Amino acid sequence: MEFIVASSVGVLTAAGVYLLLRARTYPVILGLTLLTYAVNFFLFAMGRLSVNLPPVISDEALGYADPLPQALVLTAIVISFGMTAVVVAMALRAYLESDSDHVDLSRSEGSEKADHS
Amino acid sequence: MNHWIILPILVPAVVAPMIVLAVRHDIVLARVFSVASAVIMLLLGGILMGMAADGQTQMYALGNWPMPFGIVLVLDQLSALMLVLTAVLGLVVVLYAIDGWDRHGRHFHALFQLQLMGINGAFLTGDLFNLFVFFEILLIASYGLMVHGGGPARMRAGVQYVVVNLVGSSVFLVAIGLIYGVTGTLNMADLALRVPEVGASEQALLQTGALLLLLVFGVKAALVPVQFWLPGTYALAPAPVAALFAIMTKVGAYSIIRMYTLVFGDGAGEAAGIAADWLLPAALVTLVVGMVGVLASRSLGQMVSFGVIGSMGTLLTAVSLFTPEALSAGLYYLLHSTLAAATLFLIVGLVVDRRPGLGDDLVVAPTFAQAGLIAGGFFLAAIAMVGMPPLAGFLGKLLILDAARDSDAVIWIWSLILVTSLLAIIGFGRGGSTLFWKSAAVEGRLETDGAPESGALSFVAVGLLLASLVFLTVFAGPVTGYLDATAAQLFETRAYIGAVLD
Repeated sequence: MEFIVASSVGVLTAAGVYLLLRARTYPVILGLTLLTYAVNFFLFAMGRLSVNLPPVISDEALGYADPLPQALVLTAIVISFGMTAVVVAMALRAYLESDSDHVDLSRSEGSEKADHS
Repeated sequence: MNHWIILPILVPAVVAPMIVLAVRHDIVLARVFSVASAVIMLLLGGILMGMAADGQTQMYALGNWPMPFGIVLVLDQLSALMLVLTAVLGLVVVLYAIDGWDRHGRHFHALFQLQLMGINGAFLTGDLFNLFVFFEILLIASYGLMVHGGGPARMRAGVQYVVVNLVGSSVFLVAIGLIYGVTGTLNMADLALRVPEVGASEQALLQTGALLLLLVFGVKAALVPVQFWLPGTYALAPAPVAALFAIMTKVGAYSIIRMYTLVFGDGAGEAAGIAADWLLPAALVTLVVGMVGVLASRSLGQMVSFGVIGSMGTLLTAVSLFTPEALSAGLYYLLHSTLAAATLFLIVGLVVDRRPGLGDDLVVAPTFAQAGLIAGGFFLAAIAMVGMPPLAGFLGKLLILDAARDSDAVIWIWSLILVTSLLAIIGFGRGGSTLFWKSAAVEGRLETDGAPESGALSFVAVGLLLASLVFLTVFAGPVTGYLDATAAQLFETRAYIGAVLD
C-alpha cells in the first residue's frame, strides 16, 4: 500500500509540475489541480497509513487512525477548490481581454502597455 | 484569558460582510464603515501594544480548547508591533482610496477589510496550519484587490500572481505535512518542544519540511530565486493596493522571524539554525537583484517594486544573522521600508493620474498638475527608501551594518549594502530627474479631462506617511528601545512556550 500511495503522489506531482511549466492557462490550471490532489494525498498519508482503524474513541478499537490530517485535508480541499474557481474565472477574463493565454508576463510585455486606469 | 487579542481579526471579519450585504449600493456608507474599521483597528493596535509592552506573552485559546490541541492566538511585542504597522498602513491606504479610486470596481472596501483580517490573523496566530489559513484569506482578498479596476495587462499580471501563490500554498501544505508527520503537532509552542526530540532517522524529513517552509515564506517575502512575481504584480496593481501590498512581503519576513527563532532556533537540536545558511546568501542576492532592477526600470512603478525587493534583501540580511541586535535593527528597517515603499506607491498613483496616456513611464514629457508638490514628496520618500540621511532609512541601514560587525560574512554584507545603496541612489535620482526635472523644461503641459481623481485627501494620505517616516526618525531612540525588547523577547523562547502551554 505504501508503494502505491507514494508512487501516485510522485506521479501526480510530476504531471502537475510538467503541466505548470507549459505556461498556458489551461494546462496550468490542470497542473494546479493535479498538484493539489498530490498535496491532499500526501497530507492524508502523513497521519500514517492504516486500515480499519476508527478515528474516534470506541471501546473495541485496537488502535486509532490519526483524525487531524483528515481535518487538514478537508480544509485544504475546500480552499483549493475555491482557488481553482478563482483562477479559472481570472484566466478566462484575462484571455478575453488580452487575447493571449500565456501565464508568463514577459513574452508580450513589449507589445502591450499597461492601461493606467 | 484576554479577549482583546481576537478583536483585530473579529472587527474586519464583521465589517467586511456588513459592507457587502448591507451597504453595497451606497458608496458613502461603505466608506464610513471602512474608515471607521481602520480607525478602530489602529486603536486596538495601540491598546494591544500597551498590553504587550510589559514583556509578558499572552495567549487566547480559540473555543477554549486545552493546549496544545486547540488553535491559539498569541500576543507578544512583535505581533503587537506588526498589528500597529498594518493598522497605520490600512488607515492611510483607505484614506487614499476613498478619494474616488474605490469607484473603479465593486467591493473594494469589503476585500480591503478581508485583506486586513488575513494580515492581522497571520501576525497573531500561534498555530502553523492556522497560519496557512490566514495566508489564504489574505491571498484571496489580494487577488480581488490586485485586479481591481481591470484592464488586460493587470488581469494577466493577476493570473500570474494567483498561479505563483497557489503553487506556494501547495508547497506550504507539503511542508506542514512533513512537519506534522514527524512531530505530531502544529502548535508552534508545542513544535518548539518536540523538534529538539526528533531522532536522527527522521531529521531528513524534518529538515526538508523546515526548508520547504522557508521557500514558502521566501515566495511571500520576494526572496531570490522566487522573487520574479513581485515586479509585475506590484507595478501593475492599482496604487493604493500596491501600497497595502508593501506589508504583504513583511508577512513573509515576519513568518521567517517567528518560525526560525521559536521552532528552529538555537534550541532545536540538530535542526538548529537551519535557515541561516540559506537565508544569508539568498538575501544578499535579493539585495543585488532588487537594486540592479531599480537601475534598469522603465517606469516609476517598476522602480519602486524593485526597490521593495532590494529592501527585502536588506531586511532579510539582518534577519539571517539571528542575533538580538541584528533582529532589532532588522525590525526597525522593516517599519521604515514598509512605510517608505507605501509612500512611493501612492506617489506613483498621483503621477499616473496626472499623465494621461503616459502613466508612470520614465520618459521626458511636458509637466503636469501639482508637479512641484508631488516632486517634493517623491524626493523625501526616495531619500528614505535608498537610505540617505536624514530620514529613517539611513538609521536603519546604519543599525544593520553595525549589527553585522561580528558576523563571518561582514565583508560581504557591508560591501553589498553600501554598493547597492549607491545603485539605488543613482536609479531613483535618474527616475526623479526624468519625471520631474527634465520634464519641467519641456514646453506645454499635460492636461487631464477634468480634475485628477486623486485630490486633497490623497495628498493628506501621502503627507501622513511622510510624517510617519519623520516620526520614525525623530523618535528613533524610544522606537529602538521597544525593538530591542522585542528582539530579546523573541529569543526568550521558554517564556513563549510557557505562556502558551501552561
